[in-house]
Amino acid sequence: MSTTTAPPPEAAPPEHSGGGNDDHGHGHDHGHDPFLAHHFGSAKQQFDAGKFGMWLFLVTEILFFSGLFCAYAVYRSTHPEAFANADQYLDPMLGAANTAVLIFSSLTMAWAVRAAQLGQQQLLVRLLTITLSCASIFLGVKAVEYSHKWDLGILWSSMFNPQLHAHHSPALLVMSIPAMLAVVATAILFGLGKSKQKPVQAKFWGCLLITSAAYFGGVGLGLVVPIIEGAITGETAVEVAEHAAATEHAAVEHAAAENAAVKHAADHTADGAATTAATAGSVEAAAAEQVAIDMTYTGIFFSIYFVMTGLHGIHILAGMGVIAWLLYRSLLGHFGPRYFGPVDFVGLYWHLVDLIWIYLFPLLYLIG
Amino acid sequence: MDSHDSHEIAHVMPLKVLFSIFGLLIFFTILTVAIAELHLGRWEIIISMLIATTKASLVAVYFMHLRYDNPFNAMVFVFSLVFVALFLGFTLVDVEQYQPDLIPVEDPIATGS
Repeated sequence: MSTTTAPPPEAAPPEHSGGGNDDHGHGHDHGHDPFLAHHFGSAKQQFDAGKFGMWLFLVTEILFFSGLFCAYAVYRSTHPEAFANADQYLDPMLGAANTAVLIFSSLTMAWAVRAAQLGQQQLLVRLLTITLSCASIFLGVKAVEYSHKWDLGILWSSMFNPQLHAHHSPALLVMSIPAMLAVVATAILFGLGKSKQKPVQAKFWGCLLITSAAYFGGVGLGLVVPIIEGAITGETAVEVAEHAAATEHAAVEHAAAENAAVKHAADHTADGAATTAATAGSVEAAAAEQVAIDMTYTGIFFSIYFVMTGLHGIHILAGMGVIAWLLYRSLLGHFGPRYFGPVDFVGLYWHLVDLIWIYLFPLLYLIG
Repeated sequence: MDSHDSHEIAHVMPLKVLFSIFGLLIFFTILTVAIAELHLGRWEIIISMLIATTKASLVAVYFMHLRYDNPFNAMVFVFSLVFVALFLGFTLVDVEQYQPDLIPVEDPIATGS
């Protein structure tokens, strides 16, 4: 599985044909499938073998992610309060928007497999570009979510320190740097392809330019959804999060003050006269201390959140790399009714990434 | 040689099926968000996991062609889920076993308060 966006240099029949062709002579190869490897008896056998291999890879992926789902399940069973507490910091609408985007990209991917099977070359290129753009939009929304959490101090474990007001840090800008570079690079390569009259290169980089630009569409979506949501409910999601942070913050400060008071009282009452006062205060102090402990636990929830969504994001990036490779090969006209295996196998991987998100969305965003 | 038709290599999914599945997936997404708004307490996780599993099955059976695929691939996939269930099940049983015996930490540095 190639995970780089760079297309393979070979334009002619690639590795599958192998060097073995020469031994058999060119006469034998006449009328042969250019992509049918010699060790396979038929196109169907080659397809079935590839598909089985892909399913085995998907199984390893499922087991790989199950480690994180297991961490989630164990933590949820021992500290359900952390999950209830974390609920207020996550915007379900952004998660739902991303779910819809991923489901749509799954549809276009499944449709792309169909287009490859039926030899609809132009449709295949368009559908792969839409799939790539959806992946970009997904990452754009994710960048808005991550940067907003960064600004509010909603981070992993001990870094979890929710603030009253969002800092205006350039987090979103910094996260968008790779996309900006991608837009510039693909635009330059698109221009080069056009000027040197290399239609395949020009089309390929043009499609990737659309993909890179789609990221900013995703950023726009991520910024607009909370505003629409606010217009409907009458309160912005930012305010809700800030309100939650304020409550938490006040409680923690209260706890600290109480703790100090109790300690102070205990220190200065060797005669035991003020012990009653200390015990009276300690009930409240214990409650406030509980809030501080909840904060620690909520921080650990966000460790799980960032690792799970981050790993899923890496899978999206890897999928984009492989789909870009498919795009290049489909521009070369490699895929048709007799040879569409790679499109199908990458499609399977893409659907699995979607499938994992289908579970991540309710587990992280909805259940509190 | 073999077929000259992709139908004989693998099943071609009709567009109608693809669009219907997409519609169903979007419907279930809206449904799960709507149900989450009701705050059903302990039923919440059961219902949302049921909906998620329905969605995942639709994706696996139709988008991933498992219905028309070699059944062996489906078997490999289902077995992986069985192993995930074993993994999670045994781990949770183990956690539940020793959870009551845990000694709470009162050190302020360890608890972070």
